[in-house]
Amino acid sequence: MSENKIIRNVSRRTVLKGSALTTGAAIIGATAPMHFIRNAYAADSFRGDPGSGKSIFLGFNVPQTGPYADEGADELRAYKLAVKHLNGEGDGGMLNTMKPNNLKGNGILGKKVEFVTGDTQTKSDAARASAKRMIEKDNVAMITGGSSSGVAVAVQGLCQEMGVIFMAGLTHSNDTTGKDKKRYGFRHFFNAYMSGQALAPVLKDEYGTDRKAYHLTADYTWGWTQEESIKAATENIGWTTVNAVRTPVGAGDFSQYITPVLNSGADVLILNHYGKDMVNSLTQAVQFGLKDKMVNGKKFEIVVPLYSRLMAQGAGDAAKGILGTTNWHWSLSDAGSQAFVKSFGQEYGFPPSQAAHTCYVQTLLYANACEMAGTFAPWEVIKQLEGYEFDGMGNGPTLYRAEDHQCFKDVLVVRGKEKPQSAFDLLEVVKHVPRAQVEYPADMFGGELGPYKV
Amino acid sequence: MDAIFLQILNGLDKGGAYALIALGLTLVFGTLGVVNFAHGAIFMVGAFCAVTMEKILTISAKVKDPSVTFFDAYKETPYLELWFGKTGSAIIDWVVPISIIVSIPVMLGLGILMERTLIRYFYKRSHAEQILVTFGLAIVLQELVKTFFGANPIPISAPDIVAGSAAIGSWIGLSDAVVYPWWRLIYLLFSVVIISGVFSFLNFTTYGMVVRAGMADRETVELLGIDIERRFTIVFGLAAVVAGLAGVMYTPILPPDYHQGMDFLVLSFVVVVVGGMGSLRGAVAAGFLLGILQSFSSMTEVKSIIPGIDQIIIYLVAVIILLTRPRGLMGRRGVMEN
Repeated sequence: MSENKIIRNVSRRTVLKGSALTTGAAIIGATAPMHFIRNAYAADSFRGDPGSGKSIFLGFNVPQTGPYADEGADELRAYKLAVKHLNGEGDGGMLNTMKPNNLKGNGILGKKVEFVTGDTQTKSDAARASAKRMIEKDNVAMITGGSSSGVAVAVQGLCQEMGVIFMAGLTHSNDTTGKDKKRYGFRHFFNAYMSGQALAPVLKDEYGTDRKAYHLTADYTWGWTQEESIKAATENIGWTTVNAVRTPVGAGDFSQYITPVLNSGADVLILNHYGKDMVNSLTQAVQFGLKDKMVNGKKFEIVVPLYSRLMAQGAGDAAKGILGTTNWHWSLSDAGSQAFVKSFGQEYGFPPSQAAHTCYVQTLLYANACEMAGTFAPWEVIKQLEGYEFDGMGNGPTLYRAEDHQCFKDVLVVRGKEKPQSAFDLLEVVKHVPRAQVEYPADMFGGELGPYKV
Repeated sequence: MDAIFLQILNGLDKGGAYALIALGLTLVFGTLGVVNFAHGAIFMVGAFCAVTMEKILTISAKVKDPSVTFFDAYKETPYLELWFGKTGSAIIDWVVPISIIVSIPVMLGLGILMERTLIRYFYKRSHAEQILVTFGLAIVLQELVKTFFGANPIPISAPDIVAGSAAIGSWIGLSDAVVYPWWRLIYLLFSVVIISGVFSFLNFTTYGMVVRAGMADRETVELLGIDIERRFTIVFGLAAVVAGLAGVMYTPILPPDYHQGMDFLVLSFVVVVVGGMGSLRGAVAAGFLLGILQSFSSMTEVKSIIPGIDQIIIYLVAVIILLTRPRGLMGRRGVMEN
């Protein structure tokens, strides 16, 4: 009875209303993700997509504190200059010399370039946290920067997970484009293997083949690979390795590691240190009289395989006469280098460091790849960068090798200048080592790039 | 033998630095009962006295640098050199010794200011509260230094006359290869002099004896009509001077940066704990002991047996000492045991 009553009370109008509501709800339910969280579902969506916005954001993640803060400060200067040039301000810098060049000085793909910055503190966890913040909160399309391989490897891994391109700053470990390489990571800077290959012939010419080397090595990924590469290269020219001692990063006082060198029988000290550590260890090694010492009938020598002008500045007189390698130097006379040095010098009153150069170039290369791809979609931009050959950016014809995302170009062997002519004239280029001499097979350091779409 | 001698020397040198910082820390704890986490920051401020002095002495005139053609670059020549030539250069060269003289009144003033305006309000508060407030003070000091001088280390040189190494091996019949930097030898001598000076002050002057009496029994000394609080203020200032001088003298060894104090603070607390809380002799002995152990643990022969020992030796020794002698090497009964 009651059942019939209920049925009787349901009118045709009510049924129609109910049907309409149900159908409507079903349509809204099916399409809601497309409207409200479209990026989470659409196959061609990506992080950092500026959409219809007028600006594209880049994330500059550099060490603003910690042992590599000097490099970080210079990287940031270079990034700001690159942004200016990309937006059509200033004299254009390397935009005038880069070949091939798709950049028009109107931002990237018509969108104004803006940036956010982070402090890596030269700590992997801090760098990852800072990069994550920029990706999630600031919607950056690309992360770049860093002055440590430990940081580069950590941030590169994060960028691969999150699908954002990472244009590495100063990172010299073989691992960055070797066992830890990633599809979303690109390195313009040279690496420890290249330093060894470039430096060894010069060491042979300058110091002979009968030498005993003692290594002091920063105890993290970069130090290990540099020690391995330099050991292999120097042993190839007949040198023997007396000892290789690992030192903690940021040790400050290296005296307890330097005193054993005095009686080790070694006649060469190789400092696999960088930044503040290198300034301290080199200064202290000189204080211990190693530069004036005679061992095995030969003059004792100190070698710093990875050198920079900023470090030479910090080490002062201790850097004079010391051999090493560098990615780039402001005194190069090619058109690209001169254009960059002029822009940078006019802006800041002093020449750029190698860290500044690599960061500036990386920003322009990313922007150019976006223009070539016609989109900010990272997998398309990656395809443009892979195997890309360019010139006019300071190191001669350069290749971004597709298999490991490592740039191949000429390497410079430099020496601390004995009689500097100016406050910046601290290094002299001893040799331009051609790209062919530092090339190696793509699978030599292992690793897998991973997928284009994540 | 040569290697062992060098490591002993190295350890004494390191130990001198540790002992100097730990001495001030213990002095403050022993007299005022305050656990001063800002002590490392005072060491850092001392180092920055030398940096400030260097900046003052090298105030420069800007002259266009003709060797740079790409852009307008400028050479900076200190006015002292422009006005006084070689004498001016010599004054700049002696920046560290000059800073030592200047830093004494500066650090004494800073110490007294800190004690009168902040620390004295925490004498009767718990150690946890003392730690919190002094740690906060340390952060404030280091952020102030960072604001004015930046985050990067600033190299300061020792005078040229002591920039090289002493052929110490040939003096004592060891190999000619045994050399040691002059400045580090001076630092070792300096720490011995300062430590002896502080001990002499406390043991052989009436002022020092009253301070020691106050350390042992504050109430009785006050009943005798002595203003012990005023003397303790001076002791806090003295501890700041000792830490500050240690900082100034350390600048040619390690370019100072704003975070240097924190790096040394942890080490010096370990030294104080190993030596025994409140024991001045313990702090000095532990400073030298840990310095020497740290040097020996860095030897290749030792590291080949226990890899990485150089990085943990200090903490390992602290654990062993605290397990076997919970009050430290020379700790007194009743200190921090309530």
